[in-house]
Amino acid sequence: MEPKKIGCYICTGCGIGDALDLKALKAIASKEQKIPVVKDHALLCGAEGVAMIQKDLDEGAVNAVIIAACSHREKSAEFRFDIDLMDRVDLRDKCLWVQDVKDGDETAEEDRQMMAEDYLRLGSIKIKKMNVPDPFLHSEGSKDVLVVGGGLAGLTAARDIAKAGYQAVLVEKSDVLGGKMNAMFKVTPDNKPPYRDLADNFIGSLISEVEADNRIKIFKNATVTKTSGQPGQFDLIIKNATSTKEVRVGSIVVTTGFDLYDPTKLPSSLGYGASPDVVTSAEFEKMAKEGKIVRKSDGQPAKRVAFALCAGQRDKEHLDYCSGACCIYSMKQALYVIDQYGADASTYLVYQEIRTPGQMEDFYRKVQEEGGVFIKGDVTAVAGNPKGGVVVKVNDHLIRAHESLDVDLLVLATGMVSTVDTLDPNSPSPVGTGRDELPGSILNLQYRQGPSLPRLGTNDFPDSHFICFPYETRRTGIYVAGPARRPMGIAATMTDASGAALKAIQAVEAVALGVGVHPRSGDLSFPSYRAEGCTQCKRCTEECPFGAINEDDKGNPLFNPARCRRCSTCMGACPQKIISFANYSVDMISTMIKEIEIPEEDEEKPRILVFACTNDAVPALDMMGRLRSPISPYIRIIPLRCMGSLSLVWIADAMSKGFDGVLLMGCRHGDNYQCHNVRGSALAEIRLSKVSETLQRLKLESNRVKMVEVNIMDAETLPGVIGDFVEQISNLNPNPYKGF
Amino acid sequence: MAYDLSFAKDVYNKSEMGHWIKMCMQCGVCAGSCPLRAHWQHSPRQLFQMVRAGKRDEVLKSSDMWMCTSCYNCIVRCPRELPITHIIHGLARYAETEKAVDPMQPTRRFAVEVFWKNITATGRVGEAMLTMRLYFQDGIGAGIQRGLEMRDSALGMLKTRRLNPIPFRGKIKGYDGFTKMLAKAAELEAKLENKA
Repeated sequence: MEPKKIGCYICTGCGIGDALDLKALKAIASKEQKIPVVKDHALLCGAEGVAMIQKDLDEGAVNAVIIAACSHREKSAEFRFDIDLMDRVDLRDKCLWVQDVKDGDETAEEDRQMMAEDYLRLGSIKIKKMNVPDPFLHSEGSKDVLVVGGGLAGLTAARDIAKAGYQAVLVEKSDVLGGKMNAMFKVTPDNKPPYRDLADNFIGSLISEVEADNRIKIFKNATVTKTSGQPGQFDLIIKNATSTKEVRVGSIVVTTGFDLYDPTKLPSSLGYGASPDVVTSAEFEKMAKEGKIVRKSDGQPAKRVAFALCAGQRDKEHLDYCSGACCIYSMKQALYVIDQYGADASTYLVYQEIRTPGQMEDFYRKVQEEGGVFIKGDVTAVAGNPKGGVVVKVNDHLIRAHESLDVDLLVLATGMVSTVDTLDPNSPSPVGTGRDELPGSILNLQYRQGPSLPRLGTNDFPDSHFICFPYETRRTGIYVAGPARRPMGIAATMTDASGAALKAIQAVEAVALGVGVHPRSGDLSFPSYRAEGCTQCKRCTEECPFGAINEDDKGNPLFNPARCRRCSTCMGACPQKIISFANYSVDMISTMIKEIEIPEEDEEKPRILVFACTNDAVPALDMMGRLRSPISPYIRIIPLRCMGSLSLVWIADAMSKGFDGVLLMGCRHGDNYQCHNVRGSALAEIRLSKVSETLQRLKLESNRVKMVEVNIMDAETLPGVIGDFVEQISNLNPNPYKGF
Repeated sequence: MAYDLSFAKDVYNKSEMGHWIKMCMQCGVCAGSCPLRAHWQHSPRQLFQMVRAGKRDEVLKSSDMWMCTSCYNCIVRCPRELPITHIIHGLARYAETEKAVDPMQPTRRFAVEVFWKNITATGRVGEAMLTMRLYFQDGIGAGIQRGLEMRDSALGMLKTRRLNPIPFRGKIKGYDGFTKMLAKAAELEAKLENKA
């Protein structure tokens, strides 16, 4: 690459020029930081300002740009240049706008100027330390997508992948496509206005559509016995009874669906097994499909039917969660009874709460109109009735009474259980099981971190961040859709499958370009390490939230760049500081810390360093600026890719440089985590628990370092959080290392 | 038998607006909206669930539907748009036609013995006679006592001309038409009841 020619462009609009000493700022850039081209403009984001930068780029005077203006989240469309190295220095949102300077207050003016100068230094160092990343490219990548499971979700995903012009490989373990849908008599009108009348089962037409499509390769009676590699080059072994096939695909959609909860495990109060007239919803569906809604005991017509909703769901002893679809399918089954027996039918739905996702409230109304009786309460006991049928004891919460209900059939609406093998999400990736085969594993990943997908929280579903990144698992390029991801009904399953199909296509395309898939989509950088320095401690392999790192026989890390999400957790984990990205490294942040000017102790101007997560804390700080909420002028903010990249060296550097305190702003962690990289802030907290050793070694108080959880919505409370920490630090003596 | 639907079906068919009861989703907004909730034994939603649960006697003998003052708060707020006030009045009327109501139920007594006679006699409500009849329902002693209790209110209403002390005499203009309307309404109602 040709030598770096840096240009620094300072905007004087938005009051920056009035508030700050431009001459001094330019001197910092050109004299102190030795930047060859330093220019200013009164409206840098305007056409004229942008043209000024573009001209320097075109003439070859500059090939790396520092824009000292507003936050990097502002004016990103205007400042879009076709160059590899650019950085934004925020003189406005997090500097000017958070300083309340009264006219004539020279001290405050001076403090504000010092802040702006420090930020300009940080930007200069950063761009000097950045290198242009080379994308990770490989020549034998595949853009095909594997779909595991040929039920409703799998068929929908395969169809959509093919429709988008890609090849799909569909693996189904049984000899027929269609899955659980084949057993359905009718389906609810989730997608069909006015959302009231039952529709015919459409799975047959979907199956023929998929079977007729030559872009979809179907393996029946087959399973995936091994998955190795990384996005773009997943190597599969697909086995059936007679043959073994090796297939390469680019990404994977898991649509293995659900199993129904085993009714024999249900509490005896629900009466399964007590009488043949207590059936599960699946058994009832079969009866309806055969056109015979009758008592199982004696074959008499079943005109009075009760449905126990939440048969095991939302019960800590059984399924902890709502199964999402049971209210609706029980209502559907009540309509079967009403359709068959008309005015003679009596249907009772005993529920905890009726949940009607999507448009299903109208369907609920329809069932009420048709005479379905809804009882909020619990089934407390079930006994066979000598006259046939069963007697159901109900605790009716609505009329606050225990009643008994004579019915011909009691239908238990059992919940959905995941079919995907999963790993505990709260521990670091369990290294050491990776090379073993797990019989029955859906994918049998040949990952150092184990053959299964990490699950979400306490539930056994392999979801990751379902609000920000639906369909994504914690294994890049592997998506889950439909009830394999979380319990859901027909309409949601189809939307889910289409979404996951699109995500899978996005992944193969991103990998082909050598850029990050998500959440840092488009990021060209990926980690590399200096092999001589590695002590084979395996911390990077263990801490990578996405299982992107394998190990060679000697225990050295083997990075799989296409699996990497560029969170840089490995960089923060490495005790040898040998893992880095082309444009982000431990050394870069360390040098930035050392570049900040620390006033002498007798000036009584403390300095507090803030490490802020770019995903949540930085936007919150920007919004705080927009609210013009003043904070202490002694704060210096350094954004981090993710708290997971926090290296303890930086704390030591800040302390030995003379900073009086360090405040870390990371995302919420734990079960309801908000970290885009799942475990970044959690790992930072674990690392920080060891920081007191560092501080003791330096003979410093341990409360000089604090970590807070910051949400993107916290703009209004942030000044208080910062104020409290500044107060806490001001009660301590100044850092004795100032000036060393 | 609990949850026997024959009573519910009868209410759906015969009670005015009764078919709406099956549409109640038991959210309880009506109960929270009723200014007289403290005086009800069961809130509207509970009454509706009792209908569905087949609790015929408890519903019909309940005083609940006689407590409604027609403020329409519940109608305005019901998210399922049930005409709750009308359903409640319908249930009161249904209980009366089923002869299930205690004749001494105060609202029923006032409605049947005092109010209806008062209004049909002249074509409009005469406040003075209406109040007198209500107060002296249980004899002269009780009437005088009630009158004394309410003296301050009565004087205040007189002063602000909210109460006309002179009983309304004669009949309203078009009294014949008024009686014909009532007769027609009775005829229609009888027809409906026979049909049901």
